[in-house]
Amino acid sequence: MNTATLLATAALLISSVTAQAQAPKVDLKSIKGTVRVDGSSTVFPIMEAVAEEFAKAAPHIKVPVGVSGTGGGFKRFCSGETAISTASRPITPSEVTLAESNKIEFIELPIAFDALSIVVSPKNDWVKSITIEQLKKIYSAGAATKWNEIDPTWPDRAMKVFSPGTDSGTFDYFKEAVLGKDGKMRADMSVSEDDNVLVIGVGGDRDAIGFFGLAYFEENTDKLRAIPIIGADKAPVAPQASTVNDGTYPLSRPLFIYVNAKNAHAPEVVALVDFVLAKVNAIVDEVGYIELPTAVMATTAANWKSRKTGTAFVKDGKKVDGAFTTLYR
Amino acid sequence: MTTIGQEIPIATRRRKDKLMLAACLGATTLAVTVLSVLLLSIFVQGASSLSWSFLTSFASRKPAQAGILSPLMGSLWVCAICALVAIPVGIATAIYLEEYARRSRLRNFIQLNISNLSGVPSIVYGILALAAFGRCFGAISADDPLSLGDPDGFFYLQLPFGRSVLAGGLTLSLVILPIMIIAAQEALRAVPPSLRQAALALGSTRWQMVWKVTLPSAMPTMMTGAILSMSRAIGEAAPLLVVGGVLLLFSVPENLMSDFTVLPLQIYNWAGRPQAEFHKIAAAAIIVQLAVLLAFNAVAIIIRRKLQRPLQS
Repeated sequence: MNTATLLATAALLISSVTAQAQAPKVDLKSIKGTVRVDGSSTVFPIMEAVAEEFAKAAPHIKVPVGVSGTGGGFKRFCSGETAISTASRPITPSEVTLAESNKIEFIELPIAFDALSIVVSPKNDWVKSITIEQLKKIYSAGAATKWNEIDPTWPDRAMKVFSPGTDSGTFDYFKEAVLGKDGKMRADMSVSEDDNVLVIGVGGDRDAIGFFGLAYFEENTDKLRAIPIIGADKAPVAPQASTVNDGTYPLSRPLFIYVNAKNAHAPEVVALVDFVLAKVNAIVDEVGYIELPTAVMATTAANWKSRKTGTAFVKDGKKVDGAFTTLYR
Repeated sequence: MTTIGQEIPIATRRRKDKLMLAACLGATTLAVTVLSVLLLSIFVQGASSLSWSFLTSFASRKPAQAGILSPLMGSLWVCAICALVAIPVGIATAIYLEEYARRSRLRNFIQLNISNLSGVPSIVYGILALAAFGRCFGAISADDPLSLGDPDGFFYLQLPFGRSVLAGGLTLSLVILPIMIIAAQEALRAVPPSLRQAALALGSTRWQMVWKVTLPSAMPTMMTGAILSMSRAIGEAAPLLVVGGVLLLFSVPENLMSDFTVLPLQIYNWAGRPQAEFHKIAAAAIIVQLAVLLAFNAVAIIIRRKLQRPLQS
């Protein structure tokens, strides 16, 4: 067991002790019910840990967790099939419309930060850092096929481009952050909804490049190398907690859970969401994501307490622009 | 016309015989070698992770503590439902087609469809089943289902079935039904017509003939068909990914409406992870899946033994 795991376990233990001390006198073991969860594969490591710990605390509440991708999860959530949807991007206007047409109201709760890491195989020795412009060249439709078309100092070798699937929030986020609103991703990529497939694909190929959530990189630092991104002040910035929190790493994004408001007072749902909010910081550290700033986490807790419905990202059927932390502070 | 031993000399024919023997032996060896290499590598990888606690604990993000209780029970529930639906329906359909239906255009049309359906990719059945069983074609909202009975008790039903074990079992029964029907038909066709004629000549109705004569003598072969179809059912992941869609679960099914996950999905989940520890427990789960499959087949073989009796007695 390495130090990081020890620390994480210790943090988990401490937080569980404090959570028990704070929790109101509800006996979790006596509550029965089912809370169906589906959605993002990026949030899956968090939900996996939550569901495992929750199963010990509340053995009679069943929490089936699916991994349909953020978009796939919202399709189910907005037709009332699931109680909680996990998402690696905010809900979109069309998904809000779908929920409205099915008379479903929801509570939006940001729970963690994720940084998108751009990864190559450790055998790739030419890419030291990369700019957003270069990433755009690599991922745009009808774009470059060889490394030296991106940067003349890079070798004349065919490039193999990997990407998460189109149903994933990771794909949507990357597309908008790198290619812009009207950007079109190239079609000739190796695509998988399962991030583990990408880890294996990129890790094993010298000419491959791919991107996914930071947690998957941190679990696989022996198989992959993360490329620092040239940020606003022209210096390469590596994906890590400090650079995400101070806003210098350009590709970071919030992760959410969405709770169906209809069930938001049901004891099993209350138990699970309370549990998530109490444990999320410890779990986020353990599985390799980044804690939200305290102020944002306080807003999340307050929104849950008041069961505030709706999203901060869609207004009058249009997407709201603005930095996440300003919308949520 | 060539008659044996006249125009082709004996040496050539012997040589041809030896050549064919070598070819067939080669094919068998190839198949067996590939299979044994596969099995051996799985056993070497997975045997060390097998333990009683592996069978009786739930999944975990830590491979050393992970178990397969949920998917194991899920697989057993789904396959039991599948067998209870597909085997009787399959045999009844075969009886209708072979013993009752006259040779008509309609019968040919049904026959043609059954043969074609057995080649349809299983994920197509998954999509169909999700619409039909899972969502009742949208006729009843999942947000406000019709329910009957106590959700925590054994006797509980609701419409639409949603992502339940019942929906999963019915989906698998759709997948294997064509194979089951065709196997049962072949079994009935193998019963000598003289037996039927004798039964009818003695004044029995068609149903008496089927129940007392044809079905008993066809049953052993039908059970072989059932073994093959159930082997397919237990290995299916794709349609259940569409219908169930659950990869992680910390409970076992309690009634027909419970959520479920199955062994192939758990294996897919673990085998896809980059860490070698998860590959080990994936291999262990494959061993368990093979054991379950063998147990299912053993049941069918026992039924076959019991039913197998000589035609004259």
